[in-house]
Amino acid sequence: MNSAVIVFPGSNCDRDLAVALEQVTGRKPAMVWHKDGALPEGVDFIGIPGGFSYGDYLRSGAMAARSPIMRAVTEAAGRGVPVIGICNGFQVLTETGLLPGALMRNARLSFVCRPVPLKVENSQSLFTAEYDSGEEIVFPVAHHDGNYQADEATLDRLEGEGRVAFRYLDEVNGSARGIAGILNDSGNVLGLMPHPERAIEPAHGGTDGRRLFEGLLETVA
Amino acid sequence: MKARVFVTLKAGVLDPQGKAIHHALEGLGFSGVNDVRAGKLIELDLADGTEDSEIEYMCRKLLANTVIENFRIERLENA
Repeated sequence: MNSAVIVFPGSNCDRDLAVALEQVTGRKPAMVWHKDGALPEGVDFIGIPGGFSYGDYLRSGAMAARSPIMRAVTEAAGRGVPVIGICNGFQVLTETGLLPGALMRNARLSFVCRPVPLKVENSQSLFTAEYDSGEEIVFPVAHHDGNYQADEATLDRLEGEGRVAFRYLDEVNGSARGIAGILNDSGNVLGLMPHPERAIEPAHGGTDGRRLFEGLLETVA
Repeated sequence: MKARVFVTLKAGVLDPQGKAIHHALEGLGFSGVNDVRAGKLIELDLADGTEDSEIEYMCRKLLANTVIENFRIERLENA
């Protein structure tokens, strides 16, 4: 699998994502600077990492979403290349319009930083194929602006089309319907606030995230 | 020329920051505050003759997230 991890000024989870990808796929991903006009040849998986791109100035992910590289990412997503946006990456994906809705300030206003239980709502996607439907897993979260909001019609459509990938089991940040992660309509773009790349090895305190990347490898490779 | 862009949350979008400010005002003894919603002011220093449509395009493309925000433009002709 030829992965690419996009790096913006202020991204800080790019290396964690790169380590996770290398561990699971056996191959180091290409680290792609946001100002590049094109992705490397033959990229078959794109990761948009967590962090504080552009310092979260204006809105989290807003300026990163308008970076030169995002045109190539959007085009690749349109061709069916799997794209994952984790935390700030999820914010970037909603700001590009590749995913609907918006991530707002956490309802309780505090930065939430802890392992959270999640339910795998859709185990059919290429990201979640290694999980059982309805399986309860744990990923860590670390965010201030993870409150997923969209209008009722969009939320109903996401639910109806099975595009809610993960749901929080506890109250975490005020997200509508407890939505933790969603898929685009083609099922090749996933955005989620929790960090699967931080649940890969026992030293992380949990390994539930490993299967997300294993599932991808299985499908893509 | 200068322009001011006011970015505010759409009606119906929950504003926990506005709520926090509301509670803080009440804590300070201001009893007549019914609601508080917080937005952003962005000041633009633009080339003379910049069209309204261009400023609006800036708002739609970047300055406001039209999923959850509205914007209002104020031109300051003689500033």
